[in-house]
Amino acid sequence: MNVTVATAQPKREGNPLMTENNQSLPLTHLASSKPGETPPGDAPATKAALEVDNLCCWFGLHQAVYELNLRIPAKAVTAIIGPSGCGKSTFLRCLNRMHELVRGSRLSGQIRLFGEDVYGPRVDATLVRRRVGMVFQKSNPFPTMSIAENVTVGLRLNGIRNRSVLEERMQRALHMAALWDEVKDHLDRPGTSLSGGQQQRLCIARALAVQPDVLLMDEPASALDPIATMKIEELIQELKKNYTIVIVTHNMQQAARCSDYTAFFYLGRLIEYDRTEKVFTNPSNKQTEDYVTGRFG
Amino acid sequence: MNTTSLYHTWRKVKNLSMSVLSFGCAVVVIAPLALVLFYLIKAGASSIDWRFLTQLPKPVGEVGGGMANAIAGTLTLLGLASLIGVPVGVRGGVYLSEYGGERANWWIRFGADVLNGVPSIVWGIVAYALVVVPMKGFSAYAGGVALGFMMIPLIIRTTEEVLLLVPNGYREAALALGIPRWKIILRIVIKTALKGIVTGVLLAVARIAGETAPLLFTAFGNRFWTHHLKDPVAALPLQIFTYAISPYDDWHRQAGRGRWF
Repeated sequence: MNVTVATAQPKREGNPLMTENNQSLPLTHLASSKPGETPPGDAPATKAALEVDNLCCWFGLHQAVYELNLRIPAKAVTAIIGPSGCGKSTFLRCLNRMHELVRGSRLSGQIRLFGEDVYGPRVDATLVRRRVGMVFQKSNPFPTMSIAENVTVGLRLNGIRNRSVLEERMQRALHMAALWDEVKDHLDRPGTSLSGGQQQRLCIARALAVQPDVLLMDEPASALDPIATMKIEELIQELKKNYTIVIVTHNMQQAARCSDYTAFFYLGRLIEYDRTEKVFTNPSNKQTEDYVTGRFG
Repeated sequence: MNTTSLYHTWRKVKNLSMSVLSFGCAVVVIAPLALVLFYLIKAGASSIDWRFLTQLPKPVGEVGGGMANAIAGTLTLLGLASLIGVPVGVRGGVYLSEYGGERANWWIRFGADVLNGVPSIVWGIVAYALVVVPMKGFSAYAGGVALGFMMIPLIIRTTEEVLLLVPNGYREAALALGIPRWKIILRIVIKTALKGIVTGVLLAVARIAGETAPLLFTAFGNRFWTHHLKDPVAALPLQIFTYAISPYDDWHRQAGRGRWF
């Protein structure tokens, strides 16, 4: 599939789809879930960080994702919503090659990260995972390591030993995760001594220290209280200036607050994918409308 | 008295009688252990002294002497056995919990459990065939091999159990950081489970430290200092056994001290 990207697009803050006249480009067919349907010639003018072509995933004989076509724009937040079991997390795990770690799993189709095939024959999965980081639902700082060691573990265990580099990256990651002020005086305490929200921000800092291109978040705030959730959401807004973020969430209000684009999954298929405002105020698909208005799910 | 309070009283009675019964069973279980310990302490405590710990056994008939060579021998054998048992056992445990196919792992676990139940004298025979016969003599090596082989299935199982207790979330988090799998296992999973692994190793060492049968025809025993690992070596359990079944009173006393130690 050839996606033509418009060149000489001026950089606009927060709205990569605006032309110079401040007219919004139509976001037609950013997504298609029907086999055989070709995307139109006019492509989204924004650079795609991840391109998904005809992705299908199986767990043994059970198919979890059906023929998914998606372009995830760079330096923006894309939310994936849908009821439980619709394949959101499975899809997320395909993006950083964690799906293949499940025994009996299988997938077909192509995923490209900035043009490079993620599942290519000579591609090392660990290198993919360094470029596509992930934060999990349940925060999991390593218990045998201090806060500082937790943040730098991705660097240290990948061969970086230079103390000053580690120190600098650790401070930067903790600043980016909005955790520096809270922990700067006790970086030697074990990672598990923090509160739930702080632990999750520590995990985000740990993921950011490796300087990935894309950050995947699998329901990052679902185990947190509202204040901690709010902090994570503010963090996401800050991070999107430099990172591409894909967030899976059960919480539709969170998706509406945080994201620029929203994809609605149902039973393994992509039903609708569009700008967040459109999905939540004027969805094209009846199923989407039923879901976001709470009629089911 | 209405029915509720009667029922309540009956529940209290049941609760109390069950607690007493459980406590009684616990006492019955602990009692033999306590009695054995008490006997050992009484028989040996009065006579443990410096000479016992540093002297060699005296010739038959003479009073006195000690078990220094046996103590040193036991330590030597434990060291040799650990050199064999710990690396193989821990690696085996790691393989079972982190790698391996389901069927293969089932068979390995089954084999390890069967081997755990093998009488210790059989391990002695194995070591006899593998080490004593080719070397044409008894040696510390043979004793170490026998004890080491005994340690392996024990450590495999305990290591595997402890590694399985490490939550999968840590492995996933580390994978998501792009760390290679072997590094995750070494630096994160094993590090997290280290206390448990060490406990398992110590338990295995404690178990084999008291084994006599496998040493009967491998290490064989020695009434003098062992200067080379390829020579027969004395071990505490062996020495105690030899002394205890002997007709000499002095040797019986020595055996008592050995048991205490």
